[in-house]
Formats: sequence, C-alpha cells, structure tokens
Amino acid sequence: MVPLSYYLLLSGFLFACGVLGFLIKRNIITIFMSIELMLNGVNLSFVAFAAHWHVLAGQIFVFFVMVVAAAEATVGLAIIIAVYRTRETLNVDQVNLLKL
Amino acid sequence: MNPMLNLWLIPVLPLAGAAINGFLGKKSSRQAVTTIALFFSAAAFAMALWVAMRFSSLALPYHEYLAHWIRSGTFSVDFEFYLDQLSLVMLLVVTGVGFLIHIYSVGYMWDDPSYYRFFCYLNLFMFFMLTLILAGNYLQMFIGWEGVGLASYLLIGFWFTKDSAASAGKKAFIVNRIGDFGFLIALFLIIKHLGSLNFDRVFQSVLPLSAETAGAGLLTAIGILLMVGAAGKSAQIPLYVWLPDAMEGPTPVSALIHAATMVTAGVYMVSRSHIIFERAPMALTVVAIVGTLTAFFAATIGIVQTDIKKVLAYSTVSQLGYMFMACGVGAFSAGIFHLMTHAFFKGLLFLAAGSVIHAVGGEQDMRKMGGLRTKIPWTFWTMTAGTLAIAGIPGLAGFFSKDEILWRAYQASWVYWLVGLVTAFITSFYMFRLWFMTFFGEYRGEAESGHGSDSAQDAHGSHGHGGIHESPMVMVIPLVILAILSVVGGYVGVPGSLGGSNHFDKFLGPVFHVSAPAGAQNALGEKGAPEQETEGPEPKTGASTELMFTGISVLAALLGFTLAWQLYYRNPQLPAKIAISMQGAYQALVHKYYVDELYGALFVKPLIDGSTRILWQGVDRKIIDAAVNDAGDGARHLSDEARHMQSGNIRSYAGWIAAGSAVVIAFMVWMAVSR
Repeated sequence: MVPLSYYLLLSGFLFACGVLGFLIKRNIITIFMSIELMLNGVNLSFVAFAAHWHVLAGQIFVFFVMVVAAAEATVGLAIIIAVYRTRETLNVDQVNLLKL
Repeated sequence: MNPMLNLWLIPVLPLAGAAINGFLGKKSSRQAVTTIALFFSAAAFAMALWVAMRFSSLALPYHEYLAHWIRSGTFSVDFEFYLDQLSLVMLLVVTGVGFLIHIYSVGYMWDDPSYYRFFCYLNLFMFFMLTLILAGNYLQMFIGWEGVGLASYLLIGFWFTKDSAASAGKKAFIVNRIGDFGFLIALFLIIKHLGSLNFDRVFQSVLPLSAETAGAGLLTAIGILLMVGAAGKSAQIPLYVWLPDAMEGPTPVSALIHAATMVTAGVYMVSRSHIIFERAPMALTVVAIVGTLTAFFAATIGIVQTDIKKVLAYSTVSQLGYMFMACGVGAFSAGIFHLMTHAFFKGLLFLAAGSVIHAVGGEQDMRKMGGLRTKIPWTFWTMTAGTLAIAGIPGLAGFFSKDEILWRAYQASWVYWLVGLVTAFITSFYMFRLWFMTFFGEYRGEAESGHGSDSAQDAHGSHGHGGIHESPMVMVIPLVILAILSVVGGYVGVPGSLGGSNHFDKFLGPVFHVSAPAGAQNALGEKGAPEQETEGPEPKTGASTELMFTGISVLAALLGFTLAWQLYYRNPQLPAKIAISMQGAYQALVHKYYVDELYGALFVKPLIDGSTRILWQGVDRKIIDAAVNDAGDGARHLSDEARHMQSGNIRSYAGWIAAGSAVVIAFMVWMAVSR
C-alpha cells in the first residue's frame, strides 16, 4: 500500500505548481489552468485522507469541489471570452481598468 | 433682635448702575448715563447714611445672612454681610467720597468718547469695594478684593490705546496677583487650622490662643501672609511699584481708587484681622517695619518727581505706610482714623490736581506750571486746604491723625517715631514744593495755543481750550466739600492731650478691644499698665509728653514748609544746583532707587528669557511641535511605502495572499510543534 505521505507530497507539489503558475504566467488561460491545478492538488489530499481514515466526508468534499470547479470554469471561460472580445488580449497586466 | 437693614442693597445698587450703563450706555446720551451713574452711587451713599442713623439702635456686630454658597463637609461659606463700627466708617468713606468723585468725573470726563464705559467701571468698582467692606467672611472679602483689582485694572488701562496705560494696567494687575497669592495661602491656612472663614468663628477660635511670643507659629504665618496680600493691594514695600504707574488712569480714578478707597483695603483687612495680628507679635513687627520703611522711602522719592500726579502717588504710598505703621504698633483705630482723613485730603488733592491739569490743558509736568494762583482760585484754595491737611498743620484733619500715629508709634519704639517724624518733614516739604511750583512764580508753560496736541488721549485735550480757565462747577463743588472735610474731618478724633476726647477712637473701641489684654500687651512692647484703654485718653502723666511730641511734629511740618518756600519760591534756581552737587543721591531718587530696574532684572527679564528660550523655543517648538510634526511626517512616509502594495496588479495581490497564508500556516505549524 502506498503511504499517505506520498499522496500528500504529490498534492503539495501540484498545489505549489498551481500557485507558481498563477503568479508567474500572464496569459489568462494559463492562470485559469493553474487554478484548476491547485484545486486538483487539494482534491488529491482530500481523497488521500478519506481513504486513510476511512471517512466518506473527504470524498464528498471532492465532489463538491469538482462541481464548483466546473461551474467556475464555465463562468471563467465566459469572462475570458468577453475580455478577449473587448480588449483583444489575454494578458492580465493589461486588464487593469480598476487601477488608479 | 436686629431690624432687617437689607445691607445687600448697598453694593448691589452700584452694580445695577454698572449693568445698566454697561449694556445700554453706548446708545444713550451722556445725560442719561450721568443720571444713572449718579443716581445709583447716590443711592448707595444715602443708604449708608440711613444705616448710620439707625446704627445706635443696632446690636453689634450686625449680621445679615443671604444665602448658602459653599458646603463641603463641616466647612461652609455663606453669602453674608457684617456691619460693625469699622465697616461703618469704611462704608461712609467709600460711598461718600465715591459719590463726590462721581460728580467730579461728570465734568472731568465729559468730552471722553467712552464716557459711558468710564461710569460703568466706576460703578462696578463701587460694587466690589462695598462687597469687600461689608463681607462677613474672608472669602467674600476676597471676591471684593479681586473685584476691585479688576476694576482698578480696567480703569488704569482706560485709555488702552496708549501703550503706557495698557502696560501700567497689566503691571498693577500682576503685582496685585503676587499679593493675592499670599492672601490666598493665608486663607487656606485659616481653613485648614481654624475650619472656617467666617469672621466671628475665626476670631472666636483665635481669641483664647495666647500670643506667639516665643518664635513663630500658625498665627504668625497667617499674619505675615495676610500682610503680603495687604502689601500688594495697599502698595507697600516690596509691592508698591504698581501704584505710581497707575497714574496713567484718568485723574478721578487716581483719586477714588488709588488714593481714597481701594488702596486702603489692605489697612482695612489688617485691622479687621487685628485679633490674629495681636497674637502674632512678629507679624505685627513686620507690618510696622514695612509700613515705616515704605512711608520713608516713598516720601523721599516724592521729593524729586516732577509729574504732579506722581508726587501725589508717592505721597499716597507714603501715607499708606503711616497707616501700616499704626497697625503694626497695635494702634488700629489710629490707622483707620488716618485712613479716613487721608481719604478726604488725598482725594481732594488728586481732584484738585486733576482740576489743575484740566486748566492747563492736559499738562502734568509741574515744571511747566506756575503762577496759577490767581487764574484758578477755587482750585488753589481747595488744594491749599488739602496741602495744609497732609502736611500736618495744626487744626486740620491730617494733623490729628498723623499726630496720633506718631505718638502711638513712639510708645512702641522711638525708631518708628523718628522715621515717622522725618517722613512728616519730607511730606510737608514735597507737598509745599508741589504747591509752590504749581501756583506761585511765573507761568512756565507754553503759549496758550500749544496744548491739546500731545495729550489728546486725556479727556479734555481734544476740545478747544480758551487759555487757562477754572473748572466747571460740577468739578469745583466736590473740591469744596472735600476741602471742608479735610479741614474739619479731624475733629472727630481730637486726642486727650489737646483737650478733646477722641470720639473716633471710642467709637471704634468695641471693635478693637474685644481681645484679651495679654495679646495686646505683648504687641505693644514696653507699654504696660492701662491695657483696657490702650487707645483711649492717655493717662495724665502722658499728656504733657504727648503735647511735646505734637509740638515737635508741628515744627517738622513748618520746617518742611520753610524749606520748600526757600527752594521753590525765594530761590527757584537753587534746587537745580543742589541736584548737581548731590548728583548720586539725586539720580537714585529720580530713578526711584532703581527698584523698577531691579525687579526688571531679577524677575521680569529672567521670566521673559526663560519663557522664550526654554518654554517657547525649547519645550514648545522642540518637543510639542516636533512631536506633532514628526508623527505626521512619519505617517506620510510609512503610507508612501505601503502605497506600493496597492498596485492594481492581480498577480501581486495573489502573491500577497500567498505570502500571507504562508505566514499563517508557518505560525500554526510552529504552534503545533512547540506545544
């Protein structure tokens, strides 16, 4: 049986990759994918704990997260398309109307 | 049971006058202001006379309780009025002389643009002075005491656009504050140790105490502190410096406040507290020494003054010194007697001086007067009466009172008597010097047209003068009345040695002889045997001695007259030569012994410098201002840096969030590990 720590390390690694991608990348699509990566990193630790402690709550949490992520993906993609249509770019540094 | 006298009306009447004139006077005519002011001061005088007439039927001292004021534990102060022989004398002097000076002021101030303001202040002064006199406890007295100081300040600085007047007012106020400080501490001591400020209760609890002959104790401390207060208000050494400067005020003010009434408040207060003083011989000695020194030094300064009002101012300081000398040797009724006669003749002298100033168009320098005898006869004759009275010429008011003081001073110590006698000689000299310089010889002023230019701030400088002229009747009548009083005022207290029976002393007797003899005995030094009648008719053996002393003081007065006659009438060039030959002494006198300079160097300059360097530039600018400014600057710098966090860049916000969560997680992990 694979020990829990392996799952957790992988989960942390995925999450860190997501954070890093979110901070470094300028393309909105890439940032969006980084968010998904972070969510899935968290999901992985949820299921790992659920399996380890034999508690179903973790698995249910994962379903919730997946549903919310799907909803978020539709809204997010819609926003991205709207941004692209108005500004003709996907670079977040140029989406700065709220900045003084 | 005493009838209800409604004493409270006496001070409140002038207050009503002050209020009406103060609020409505600006818009009313001069006639209306005059009517209001004179009516209310006359009403106070009439009421005082009415009280005096009913006086014999009263059980004394008469108390009138008005209202509670302060209640704190067992300590309480009420609004109450107190009338005995002493306050009656003061009451009549203040309302009487005050009323006369009100009349005089109508003429003197008529052309002043702030006519209504003058009478408002004058009535206000009467209110506070009467409160002081009729007070039934020390605190109420203190209200009046402070109030007359306020009125004095307002009236000295009446022509406040003139710089010297404004600063003279401030000087008077500040110097008085120093004295009041002593008075207040005395009151605190009385509250702490005697538990009350009510005159009756304080004196009742002091009465059984024995005199503090060996060393100083509580009563000595109270006495000396009260004397500090009295020295401030009554212009004694070392706090007399404000009074000569106070001559910046209008002349009626000098007459009323700075000669006749307010400055005598200190004498009144010491006399009122005589039970305390009699049990504190050391305090009494301080009073006597201060009084004697003041009398002498002020008189010497008076010799060389050339401003007619300054001469009278130093004369006032000197005469107040006499009164304190009398109090200091335990002769309180002699002091009050001199207070009364002094109110008459010094009030008269000031008013006459005002009339002279009026006549020559605002000139106050005696060197520019002269030969006015025939031009202003009324002023001349009344001023002559006043001069003779103050010089101590037999038969006039000042003679009896001054002689009484000198005789009583001799019984305490020949030193007091000798200094007093020399002072009497000097007094006579400078008064006749003033008299000769003003009224005799040639007129030394400029031509008739010249006046009014440099003295426009004086009441009458502005209106067109037609040469030297006598004052209007409204000013002459008070002069005449005061002159009559100066002549006959002394006959109420003719001493036994001159065939009188000293009614005045007997009248005040019940006030000053309530004390147990033990205290008085110590206070009086070698004077031992007939204690109950210390101030009554002298024993037969003393009469001839007293007569001899009277002769000596008359001689001193005549000597002063002769000298002044020689120097200022026969040989008018001589004084200048003497001044040159005695340059050092002369300069010291002209500069008033450099006391103002000394105080300036000792107190005023260090205070100003300290305030400037330490308090202003040090504490205020370097600490308080700097703290405020640095706090502001710091906040601005900090926000300037922190502003960069709000970049508007989503990824940097995310970075901050990530960093923040990392910190939180690290903290939680650390907590978990260290548990």
